[in-house]
Amino acid sequence: MSAHALNLSVAAVLWLAMITYAVLAGADFGGGVWDLLATGPRARDQRRAVSVAMGPVWEANHVWLIFMITGLFTAFPVVFSRLAVGLYLPFTLILFGIVLRGAAFAFRAHGAGEDGQPSAWGTAFGIASAITPFLLGACAGSVASSRVPAEAGPAALFAVWVTPFTLTCGALALAICAGLAAAYLAVEQEAVSQDLAEDFRRRALGAGAAALVFAVLALVTGLGAAPGLIRGLLAQALPLTALAFAAAAVAAAAMLRRRYLLARTAAVAQVALVLLAWAAAQYPVILPPDLTLDGTASPPESMALLLGTFVVGALLLVPSLILLFRVFKGRNPAAGRAVT
Amino acid sequence: MSEYIAGRAQMGSSLAFHIIFASLGVGLPLLLLIVEGLSLRAGADPNWHLLARRWSKAFGILFAVGAVSGTVLSFELGLLWPGFMRFAGGIIGLPFSMEGFAFFIEAIFVGLYLYGWERLSPMAHWLTTIPLAISGAASAWFVTTANAWMNSPAGFRLVAGRVTDVHPLQAIFNPGTPIETIHTTISSYLATGFAVAAVYAAGMLRGRTGGLHRRGLIVGLALGAICTPLQIVSGDINARWVADHQPIKLAAMEGQFQTETGAPLRIGGLPDPAAGVTRFAVEIPGGLSFLAYGDVTRTVRGLNSYPADQRPDPRMVHVSFQVMVAIGFGLLGLVTWFFGWLWVRRRVPESRLMLTLVTLSGFAGFVAVEAGWMVTELGRQPWIIYGVVRTSEAITPAPGLVVSFLVSIAIYIGLAIALILLLLRLAAGTRRQEADGAKADR
Repeated sequence: MSAHALNLSVAAVLWLAMITYAVLAGADFGGGVWDLLATGPRARDQRRAVSVAMGPVWEANHVWLIFMITGLFTAFPVVFSRLAVGLYLPFTLILFGIVLRGAAFAFRAHGAGEDGQPSAWGTAFGIASAITPFLLGACAGSVASSRVPAEAGPAALFAVWVTPFTLTCGALALAICAGLAAAYLAVEQEAVSQDLAEDFRRRALGAGAAALVFAVLALVTGLGAAPGLIRGLLAQALPLTALAFAAAAVAAAAMLRRRYLLARTAAVAQVALVLLAWAAAQYPVILPPDLTLDGTASPPESMALLLGTFVVGALLLVPSLILLFRVFKGRNPAAGRAVT
Repeated sequence: MSEYIAGRAQMGSSLAFHIIFASLGVGLPLLLLIVEGLSLRAGADPNWHLLARRWSKAFGILFAVGAVSGTVLSFELGLLWPGFMRFAGGIIGLPFSMEGFAFFIEAIFVGLYLYGWERLSPMAHWLTTIPLAISGAASAWFVTTANAWMNSPAGFRLVAGRVTDVHPLQAIFNPGTPIETIHTTISSYLATGFAVAAVYAAGMLRGRTGGLHRRGLIVGLALGAICTPLQIVSGDINARWVADHQPIKLAAMEGQFQTETGAPLRIGGLPDPAAGVTRFAVEIPGGLSFLAYGDVTRTVRGLNSYPADQRPDPRMVHVSFQVMVAIGFGLLGLVTWFFGWLWVRRRVPESRLMLTLVTLSGFAGFVAVEAGWMVTELGRQPWIIYGVVRTSEAITPAPGLVVSFLVSIAIYIGLAIALILLLLRLAAGTRRQEADGAKADR
């Protein structure tokens, strides 16, 4: 395998890990948002549905982030260290969010206390669940718009990641996470309670509409902030970009017609396509403007071993993940029932 | 506080916090495997099952805190030490990625374990503890190889300041790996064993002396009793390895300022770097030379024989080392007394003194873990990669480290308080439920 093919394979695995993180952990963040925004006569049931859906899987979903980070610093250490310096502040805030979200969820789930009732930990869980994906989206926007500097100075603390474009990306990420969560929850609740499924259907449609608005805004602000990205999205990545919009349309139409499973599939495809389109748009650069795949990769010995680790790891991981999701997410009659 | 000190303090406090949950994440799965396995035997005492159920709840909370605090560390490697990651990522990043997989497996089976009580058959549920225990130990092993590499860097060459000739496997299996990974892994089992025993000893001190408490106490202490002598032997091997590979760290550990033939073993004492002496120590003549090199007349190099800008500060290193060793032997005495009594008198020693000591041992185990980690980290200073990259060269240029340290320490303290209150409430809650259940049975 040539060095380039090796680097490309490792980068592809890491990008796939990011997509997986987005569609799985992103939905867990979205679940936290719906916990925070639980309203109406079924507020308690909504919270309980979120908690039942997340409980067994959120930690495994979260590990995709750790996988991505450790993979990134093994394979592309220069990229990692430049990101860590340039995005020091939002990354630190993201960490606070991750700690608070996870701890608050676990404290509430395994601690004493009424199931589904509002509580201080529940509020902390909801707020952290909203802030974290917003910041992650803003960081992604900062990367995509080439704002991460090669050297950090005091003035760059905010300028790197606080611009109209990056904030729009943050809002888009938040809306996507919320939409994903609502779509998953609608599927899980369909067999249990039509009313709850309906609640989540409305939320999915609302989040989808918001995502559409922010996506258009991101394209508009991106024309000035990230012209290279927009050009890439409309040129080399055009098929993926078009498919992403098509998937969004299918998701919305399916949700309107209460075809929840199809809506969920299309929503997942949409997120994956958006991230794939981003990758294709800036290939072969991984950290714009100047850091490329081959220019920043670790020595081939390390990349080969890393790829080997991915293969061996996947052989252990995939069956375990299938087991986890079959036990808790399969369409078995017990799915969605409160688990004690 | 300088930015550099703030950065070190933040990394240190993050690790000090995480190491507790990481240790429990290694140790508790093994104990769950044991007690749930015991509960599956025909005619097993129902208390075994009850123990597993109770630990399961606490484990759920502790594992979550370990998962998120571990995420913090993976980010902080870059956020605080970009210079380290740029240098080391391509050489020693691999075990972190492997640890990622091990942690993945652990997180998946934690989900199956915690939420699978009603969905899996008892046997299938017990089987989930096997990958749980293996992946927990594997995580500890992988991460510690990276720390061992920081102590004994290998698997690359430096040519005119540039890294070449990278061999990641040589980096993983560096000379420090076998001794350091074993010592760390045993420490997790040891600290978890005593901590679990301490919970039940504390309960027995308050008069809850049923079969559940006695079983929890004995299982925890048994694990501690197996680990303690192994850990003392492993510690001795570690110290002799340090004598050969990092003699300057050994000098700091022992408060040895002057190069000395037939150096004494100092028990206790406070090193005074300005004066170049260690005061208030009990000295055993020739003891250090013997322990380090197996010969009472051997020469031990002192701290002062090294350039000033390569010496670690011996104060914390020496004191931490003494604390760790003292706790090790204290625990050995405790388990010898406990199981000696059990063997001779054929009953569990339940005197208030014994139960108080076991309660304290739960804290002592973790103090020893923290102290041992301080020895290896502070003893390696001023290097982040021993002899290759200085800690001060690796620190981030980003501003605001003091603020971020203060905020992060506040979060850790808040989290720790919340966690302790929650675990106490959880324990009180299960007790209440069981009391109600007992009433209803009547």
